[in-house]
Amino acid sequence: MATPGQGSGTGSQPNRLETGGLVDRSRIVRFTFDGKTYTGHPGDTLASALIANGVSLTGRSFKYHRPRGILSAGSEEPNALVELREGARREPNTRATVAEVFDGLVARSQNRWPSLDFDVMAVNSLLSPIFVAGFYYKTFMWPSALWEKLYEPAIRRAAGLGRASDEADPDTYDKATAFADVLVIGGGTAGLAAALAAARTNARVILVDENATLGGRGVDDGADINGNPAHEWVRTVEAELSSAPNVRILRRTTAFGTYDGGTYGAVERVSDHLAVAAQGVPRQRLWRIVAKETVLASGATERPVVFGGNDRPGVMLAGAVRTYINRFGVLPGRRAVVFTNNDYGASTVAALKRAGAEVVALVDSRAQISDEVKRIASEAGARLLLGAVVTGTLGKKRVTGVTIHTRTGEEERLDCDLVAMSGGWNPNIQLTTHLGSKPTWNDKLLCFLPGTLPHGMSLAGAVAGDFTLGKTLVGGTSAGSAAVTAAGYAAVSVPVPKAADESDAVAPLWRVKSPNGKAFVDQQNDVTESDIELAEREGFRAVEHLKRYTTLGMATDQGRTANVNALAIMAEITGRTIPQTGITVARPPYTPVSLGTLAGHHREKHFKPTRLPPSYRWAKENGCVFVETGLWLRPSYFPRPGEKDWLETVKREVTTVRNAVGICDVSTLGKVDLQGADTAAFLDRIYMNGLKTLPIGKCRYGGMLREDGILMDDGTVARLGENHYFITTTTANAVKVVQHMEYCAQWLWPELDVQIVSATEQWAQYAVAGPKSRELLQKIVDPAFDITDAGFPYLGVGEITVCGGIKARLFRLSFSGERAYEIGVPARYGDALMRRLAEAGKEFGACAYGTEALGVMRIEKGHISGPELNGTTTPRDVGLGGMVSTKKDFIGHVLGKRPGLVDPERPALIGFRPLDRSQRLRSGAHFLKRDAQATAENDEGYMTSVAYSPSNGHWVGLGLLKRGPERIGEIVRAYDPVRGGDTLVEVVSPVFVDPEGVRVRG
Amino acid sequence: MSRAHYSIFSVLRESLRGHTGWGPAWREAEPKPDYDVVIVGGGGHGLATAFYLAKHHGPLRIAVLEKGWIGGGNVGRNTTIVRSNYLLPGNIPFYELSMQLWEGLEHELNYNAMVSQRGVLNLYHSDGQRDAFARRGNAMRLHGVDAELLDQAAVRKMVPFLNFENGRFPIHGGLLQRRGGTVRHDAVAWGYARAADRLGVDIIQNCEVKGFKREGDRIVGVETTRGYIGAKKVGMAVAGSSSRVAAMAGLRLPIESHVLQAFVSESIKPFIDGVVTFGAGHFYISQSDKGGLVFGGDLDGYNSYAQRGNLPVVEDVLEGGMALMPRIGRVRMLRHWGGIMDMSMDGSPIIDHTPVSGLYINAGWCYGGFKATPASGFCFAHLIAHDQPHAVAKAYRLDRFATGHAIDEKGMGPHPNLH
Ligand SMILES: Cc1cc2nc3c(=O)[nH]c(=O)nc-3n(C[C@H](O)[C@H](O)[C@H](O)COP(=O)(O)OP(=O)(O)OC[C@H]3O[C@@H](n4cnc5c(N)ncnc54)[C@H](O)[C@@H]3O)c2cc1C
Repeated sequence: MATPGQGSGTGSQPNRLETGGLVDRSRIVRFTFDGKTYTGHPGDTLASALIANGVSLTGRSFKYHRPRGILSAGSEEPNALVELREGARREPNTRATVAEVFDGLVARSQNRWPSLDFDVMAVNSLLSPIFVAGFYYKTFMWPSALWEKLYEPAIRRAAGLGRASDEADPDTYDKATAFADVLVIGGGTAGLAAALAAARTNARVILVDENATLGGRGVDDGADINGNPAHEWVRTVEAELSSAPNVRILRRTTAFGTYDGGTYGAVERVSDHLAVAAQGVPRQRLWRIVAKETVLASGATERPVVFGGNDRPGVMLAGAVRTYINRFGVLPGRRAVVFTNNDYGASTVAALKRAGAEVVALVDSRAQISDEVKRIASEAGARLLLGAVVTGTLGKKRVTGVTIHTRTGEEERLDCDLVAMSGGWNPNIQLTTHLGSKPTWNDKLLCFLPGTLPHGMSLAGAVAGDFTLGKTLVGGTSAGSAAVTAAGYAAVSVPVPKAADESDAVAPLWRVKSPNGKAFVDQQNDVTESDIELAEREGFRAVEHLKRYTTLGMATDQGRTANVNALAIMAEITGRTIPQTGITVARPPYTPVSLGTLAGHHREKHFKPTRLPPSYRWAKENGCVFVETGLWLRPSYFPRPGEKDWLETVKREVTTVRNAVGICDVSTLGKVDLQGADTAAFLDRIYMNGLKTLPIGKCRYGGMLREDGILMDDGTVARLGENHYFITTTTANAVKVVQHMEYCAQWLWPELDVQIVSATEQWAQYAVAGPKSRELLQKIVDPAFDITDAGFPYLGVGEITVCGGIKARLFRLSFSGERAYEIGVPARYGDALMRRLAEAGKEFGACAYGTEALGVMRIEKGHISGPELNGTTTPRDVGLGGMVSTKKDFIGHVLGKRPGLVDPERPALIGFRPLDRSQRLRSGAHFLKRDAQATAENDEGYMTSVAYSPSNGHWVGLGLLKRGPERIGEIVRAYDPVRGGDTLVEVVSPVFVDPEGVRVRG
Repeated sequence: MSRAHYSIFSVLRESLRGHTGWGPAWREAEPKPDYDVVIVGGGGHGLATAFYLAKHHGPLRIAVLEKGWIGGGNVGRNTTIVRSNYLLPGNIPFYELSMQLWEGLEHELNYNAMVSQRGVLNLYHSDGQRDAFARRGNAMRLHGVDAELLDQAAVRKMVPFLNFENGRFPIHGGLLQRRGGTVRHDAVAWGYARAADRLGVDIIQNCEVKGFKREGDRIVGVETTRGYIGAKKVGMAVAGSSSRVAAMAGLRLPIESHVLQAFVSESIKPFIDGVVTFGAGHFYISQSDKGGLVFGGDLDGYNSYAQRGNLPVVEDVLEGGMALMPRIGRVRMLRHWGGIMDMSMDGSPIIDHTPVSGLYINAGWCYGGFKATPASGFCFAHLIAHDQPHAVAKAYRLDRFATGHAIDEKGMGPHPNLH
């Protein structure tokens, strides 16, 4: 017989059994809890190690700050939550029952002050008559202002369990996708049998289990399979599965959610059992598993019984008591009372007895029980109290005894330091309900079983209501064979291992009436049975109302040990059956998942990919300042030594372009290559202006509308050949335009012969702008090509070669208003071309310019861009009304004629300059009539774009003003209260430079 | 049955007698043969409509018909943000009325729905975004709504826990509405239900409307799972079910149904005071009074009536979260769920008559209808009572798509999944 505390090598672990359990007794790990150092063994959880060391007070409850201990031995734990690790790795609310110990582990209790032992917030218990469910909806109303100032801050100070770290998470997270013919969820005896049956074919099998070791309850209960201890059978099966090439076993992996299309989300805790993840190894990994067939073998969770003081440390689920003894070799108490409504009481009594504990009594709420149970109780020397219930617990921070209500109505007290309770079992059906299926109530087993299963899912073991070991093996084997057959493989017959079937008889017992003290239903959220009565009294009878009103089931355990009891109590109060009362539906995840795991590597700088333009390296070498433009990092401006701020630099860049020549990387503009016999017709339907007459070798400015008649994008259309076009879009709309075109080609006009390919990344494209642009290009373009104005006039386009034979495209286009070209080369030559242009430009005084100067020059020219193309403007609004063809149909044509879009009152594009030329303008300012009051009725539009214009020597702006073009010369207010601005501006033409447009032509 | 006034005094009194004196917050009403007004949908909007109808336009015999339990739809699934930081003149006065009604809600209803004005901060990450926010803030100020444009230093002071150091898209500043915040969503449904009930409104749960009965082009009643119920006027406020319910009346709405997911973390000690929205990804977050981080992001993107979402958007949302606040990596997601959004063609709602006389529609709330609850109820009640739109809801016409008067805040056009 094992006896606690006398073995060698257990250090000072008073409750470690001398033998037994699957921990590695040959090694010792040291850890601290609330600053005190303890020892444990590899294989321990924090909970089992704390039990081994005689620590039973592990936390305080959420609302009343009642002392709490360890209730369970698994992921359903509501009470023993700790802050694990420190500093940047601090993890709040970690269940001690699943955290594996490692050398150097640091854990702290949470939600208490100043200490776990002495928590002043426990005064809340005294106020508990007031702090009932929903009390806050009824009070804190006067005076209103105090809600944010006083009441809510006080509530928030008390809120929350553990503390999140205040440093960035230093660990990395991985993501992986796997495909399986058969996914088996749960590596207990049912899951192992299923995996084995499936694995003996060639099918791809994935087996996941949330624990570090496989075996589940069979091992926890210390049962026998094929005449040997269950863990030996587990070891053999595990060995076979591990060596099979078609099988992947994922331990420490929780399948947390069922999603559409046979997809399961799972999280693998790769390194959580280590002090620090190894270099290059993630802390956790998110698996998206897509399975043809899934065998759910997720087991069951034991139900507590609701009785007075059922939350006191030392009150534990009976199955957990067996787990601690059998799996971990620790003894949770020495004088035990077992309180149950089912035949598993017997195995708990036996396990305790075997481990050397005294079993004071077996309290069974049933008047009749089997002789077998009676025999076991008497062998263990336990008093048998039939038809009796535990009404309350004695003690403060640890149970010292219980009060019993006997069958004959007497009150009795029993001394004990452990209450092992069991109210029956709830199958872990959560993954069957995530897609909306409703579970069904089983009156014999007293639990919810899965309803209609998600496509491809089958069940094995306790989740199917097969609670006994023998049945799990039979069910598992046949579920595995059936799943693999359904996945298209010929099943191989597998012998079913043999195990005894203990009795699983159970009779209803949800709560003990007239409890001695508070009786908790949801321990973590401090919801008592009287809260449920109150909710019922106030009409919150629908299950979801009950949950939301009392917060039952809303804690970190999602009420795994609470929901069914609550439902049953509500049913009892309202005189309805449980199924009439309702069901509670679980939402993913099954157990909470770290947020970092769901983000994976996409965080901080890697949140989104960074797109670099072809001249990026050159620009960087030349001191460029970059700006994020969508995913792109675009050159913004190129400061030179001695320039005091960005404005000075930009002025210089603009002046250089206007007087000499500048080079700008415009590769980020969207580029689309279109080919096919019907391309001309296709584009003619897409663009609002006529394109049919565009000759080969020419380009044209074009605009396209959305279906609703609003301007979508503008850009250029170049015709390279009979059936070959090349268009550009704005940087922002590059993707959208391609999507739009694909939609039109595939869905609206599939009969048209047109192929659409995005070529944005394939071409590096530079604007070469300024009066000396042609001279500069002459140095680059191979002599065979005539780029004189006669040979290559404004709006010409040609396929040429540069730098001695490099294929290129030349466009004569201008955004700046100067003579300008855009030259494109295959992207791999982009860097080289930038260097050549810069070199060749030296003799002309050329400079590189970025988006700032580009923006200034387009504003000076009144060209529209993002701020004007804002998804709410019509062509007429932005001065492009004249471009809209009246001779053809095109997308947006019809809806563009709706009254709201042709209303002459609509704000329209106009230029502005400050009345006091020294003032600066700001876009986003609203226009008011000069003397009008600042009210909504007087709002007449807004400033869209502003720039300091070196050509004019003052700020200029573009904006949309009600009837704007009719109001040239008027002085209006640009009102900008959010930046404290109120500027008088003059309405002028939107073209501030070269209004006649002579310069572009040279 | 006690129908006590709620106050600290009644709570104290009840605490002395084990809270046995409280009665149901609202009666479990049985359907009557007919009503003056039947509201279909016991979400926030339907209940608020019934309350304001009873309060301002009575006496009327009013029923709210709810297919399940009240508050089980989007009002109980949203991320609880309220704000009136809109851009367009069609929207600002309406949402500002809503904000003002929120501000007086607990007294109007005698129910503390925890209207908590701890601020809504929208971050900007570029000059263009800054100017767009300036335009919006200025529009708000012109309407008398509070708005402040913060620079980076001010944002850093207010929310120091964001990633200012090595974000992919640096934070340049934010647009702040201090009066914005959050409201306890379930309590809104319950508070309106209780207050409406006290004014005599019948709240009938488990009563699904299965059809509309007409005489000529007039509505005369509804067929329900609990029998036929006559009605002089019927108001539809069924949010995510709008297209399906309208179809029963032969209407095809300019609405698509989409899934939006929401997320809550385990409860942790509060460190996020107000609401923060990321301007460079789909992510927004606040922290509840219980300590849970409440957050969300983009629509799943496909049409659906299933109240659940899928992993790609879960991942997308958390990528945004970790980009903005890498310290939350070890905090755990507790639950995620989906709701069905009645996404309209311009992202703005509809409160209007329908072509069927006596049938009124309140729909198209997209993912922003929670904040609208009080004003939506107020204006819908006005419309039903007077057959005229309320002044601040004039723009929410059903025919605005035909006339070209879309109210398109984001400029996304007729693509419901992009609003
Ligand atoms: C994830 C998510 C996050 C959101 N976040 C926010 C936010 O932060 N801020 C914000 O302002 N908004 C938000 N919203 C939007 C907001 O929740 C909704 O726009 C709003 O709640 C809709 O109005 P409602 O409350 O009346 O809808 P619901 O609560 O959905 O009410 C409609 C009711 O109609 C009932 N019904 C349907 N069909 C029938 C029938 N045939 N017969 C009888 N009854 C019927 C339904 O059961 C339901 O109870 C969010 C929504 C979701 C899903």
